[in-house]
Amino acid sequence: MEAKVEARPVIRVQAPMPERDEGVLPEEEHEIKMTARDVNVYYGEKQALFGVNLDILDRSVTALIGPSGCGKSTFLRCLDRMNDVIEGCRVTGKITLDGESIYAPQVDPVQLRARVGMVFQKPNPFPKSIFENVAYGPRIHGMIKTKADAEEIVVNSLTKAGLFEEVKDRLNESGTGLSGGQQQRLCIARAISVDPEVILMDEPCSALDPIATARIEALMEELKENYCIVIVTHSMQQAARVSQRTAFFHLGKLVEVDDTAKIFTNPTDIRTQDYVTGRFG
Amino acid sequence: MSEAQTIDQRANVRDWASDDAQRRVRRRYGADRRLQLYGIIAIVLAIGLLGILLASLVVTGLPAFLQTKVNLEIYVDPTKVKPDDLAKGNFRGLVRDALSSFVPAEATDKQKTEVAKILTSDAPYIVRDYVVGHPDTIGKTITLPIALSDPFDQLNKGVIPKEVDALSWSQVRYFERLRNRGVVVEESGRTSLKLDIYIDPAKVEAGPPPTGDFAALARDSLQAYLPDVHDTALFAMLADDAPDAIANRVAADPAIIGKTVQIVFPVSPPFQELAEGKTPKVPNPRFTPVQLAAFDAMAAKGLVHTPFNWELFFNADSRFPERAGLAGAITGTFLMLLVSFALSFPIGIAAAVYLEEFAPKNRFTDLIEVNINNLAAVPSVVFGLLGLAVFIGFFGLPRSVPLVGGMVMSLITLPTIIIATRAALKAVPPSIREAALGVGASKHQVMMHHVLPLAMPGILTGTIIGMAHALGETAPLLLIGMNAFIPSIESMGILEPATTLPTQIYSWADSPERGFVSRTSAAILVLLGFLVIMNMLAVVLRHRFERKW
Repeated sequence: MEAKVEARPVIRVQAPMPERDEGVLPEEEHEIKMTARDVNVYYGEKQALFGVNLDILDRSVTALIGPSGCGKSTFLRCLDRMNDVIEGCRVTGKITLDGESIYAPQVDPVQLRARVGMVFQKPNPFPKSIFENVAYGPRIHGMIKTKADAEEIVVNSLTKAGLFEEVKDRLNESGTGLSGGQQQRLCIARAISVDPEVILMDEPCSALDPIATARIEALMEELKENYCIVIVTHSMQQAARVSQRTAFFHLGKLVEVDDTAKIFTNPTDIRTQDYVTGRFG
Repeated sequence: MSEAQTIDQRANVRDWASDDAQRRVRRRYGADRRLQLYGIIAIVLAIGLLGILLASLVVTGLPAFLQTKVNLEIYVDPTKVKPDDLAKGNFRGLVRDALSSFVPAEATDKQKTEVAKILTSDAPYIVRDYVVGHPDTIGKTITLPIALSDPFDQLNKGVIPKEVDALSWSQVRYFERLRNRGVVVEESGRTSLKLDIYIDPAKVEAGPPPTGDFAALARDSLQAYLPDVHDTALFAMLADDAPDAIANRVAADPAIIGKTVQIVFPVSPPFQELAEGKTPKVPNPRFTPVQLAAFDAMAAKGLVHTPFNWELFFNADSRFPERAGLAGAITGTFLMLLVSFALSFPIGIAAAVYLEEFAPKNRFTDLIEVNINNLAAVPSVVFGLLGLAVFIGFFGLPRSVPLVGGMVMSLITLPTIIIATRAALKAVPPSIREAALGVGASKHQVMMHHVLPLAMPGILTGTIIGMAHALGETAPLLLIGMNAFIPSIESMGILEPATTLPTQIYSWADSPERGFVSRTSAAILVLLGFLVIMNMLAVVLRHRFERKW
């Protein structure tokens, strides 16, 4: 059999050039909002985090970066005790919020989660109306006494999340009918509706397209004026764009934490350097 | 180098056009088609069998949805029914009087009673209920549709024939055997049997006139021709005047006493017809001639009609099929399912929620889980025995009541509901729980505000399927006695004896009256109707409330 070899059409692509944000941010003073001291996390027999020590600054964005499975999401979930609901998960060490341990026996995890809000990777609005999505949290925490309260909180939260203008005519429609980016902003509105002090975001843009991502990032920029934000991200560009401080996790250990500009330009640890320059991960 | 290249090329450019490859393709398509064919055959078979079942049920059951009635003109005689004491009125007499126009004037009391049996035995009570409800009709003539008794209902619907074969199959065969032996002859226009007969001196006196048991002689001789037959039906072959043939011969020649002679016996009229090649018929012995005449008279006047049998749904059970209905069974089923739902729905959800959301995962909860699945496989009769022993025997609850039936049914439906609920809870995506936890909802708030409402369609579907299962259960109900005879639905309650649809079907299927045959099928159709409605409800719920995440 004679092999027929024909010239096939080809498309040439250019290898991407990594973009770098070389801008040096002006130094600001931030209070320490949360601290983690010697935090170990075990899933059953397996240890997922090894002695993490980290300070999280108020009114700023702290990015947690690192390769998959390095423990950054695990650490994030320690900060609002979401790990409590996972079977066989055990946390040792000390995590404080405003100087008080959040794992102390007298602390109610439900109240804690009202103070430390969370936004998840996949937009997860309740299958209820947009209004109910936002009003639910304040309602169960007794922040709503009258109908006017509810409306005020809903409008405020949606406005802060930059969603109000888009949905003001259809507040009674289902939240699941929105686009992915809108859903995620609805989730952010829901998180800020209970007036938290800290907002944790677990890869909030990984399920979104670039335009929606840009809107969320702009939103984070605004929110950090009032809130302490911790974001887990896989995108180093995103970390560089939105965060003031970056923590690099690797194999369950916190390798390095510093100002974002320093991490991306002049990291101390060779592993950080390898990761941010794309050599592994 | 060049060799390696050739191998490479050969590996890259496989020959998809070779015979081998073509055969492989054909084989693959063949296998695909065969697999589809097996599936189609299985489905056709299943649908066919289901169709046969339904068709036979419909064909047998349809007559029960109609009931033959006669529009009877009744004069409410003030001498028989006193307005001040209606309950003691002689309503039976009223019905008799109303029927008198269909009875010959010279009829005996026995014949009048026979004609009264054309109507249902409840006829006086139907008249009484009407007159009690309308006291102003006393002294007037009213026309009431009154159900016919079962045999006449069946006669009118053509289930029971008016005429039946006069001869049994074995009688026809005896006659054929005699004919084959050549003893059947034509004698002076009558079909006769030419038989050798021994005139036994011990049985016959010469006379004159000759006396003796000639009929016995005739029977003996006939028996001698068919010695293997021990059946008195054989002697029906001899005409009533057959013994006279012997008497006449003996009178003519007394010397034959003690000898064997050949005598020709005429056969009875049905056999005469049989010999002529017809199928002899006689009026159905279920009915007397007077009854048939009266019935025909009613029909001729256009009084007999077959309206839709609403009594099938609104009457309770009765010994008389024409008056028997399913109201008692439907009420009992409803009460039982109510108890069962009230118990198993909350208990099932509570158990499932605890096991799914709160229970620690250890060996003990594993054991519980396995055993819940095992319970779903336990034969229902075992639950019936349990109910009998525990609820009735130990706790001393009354027998035959919907409360106990419902409790037993909850035992049967609980595993279904628990398993369905757990599946529905599992199907609620964890992101919803996380979302609720994230805004600071407690575990029970997550459960009650989010997970349970989202799982509800699945839970309801499982519950309805469990209830449909309970609707059709029979064996446990028989054990706890929920096949009571309930002639009235007025006193029914969860602590009163009751019957249910399946047990009603069971008792009707056991009844000998012809009317219950079609009523059994009709009751099965009603039960299937309820099952279909419940299952459709489950499907509708599932589709209507199904959510996309």
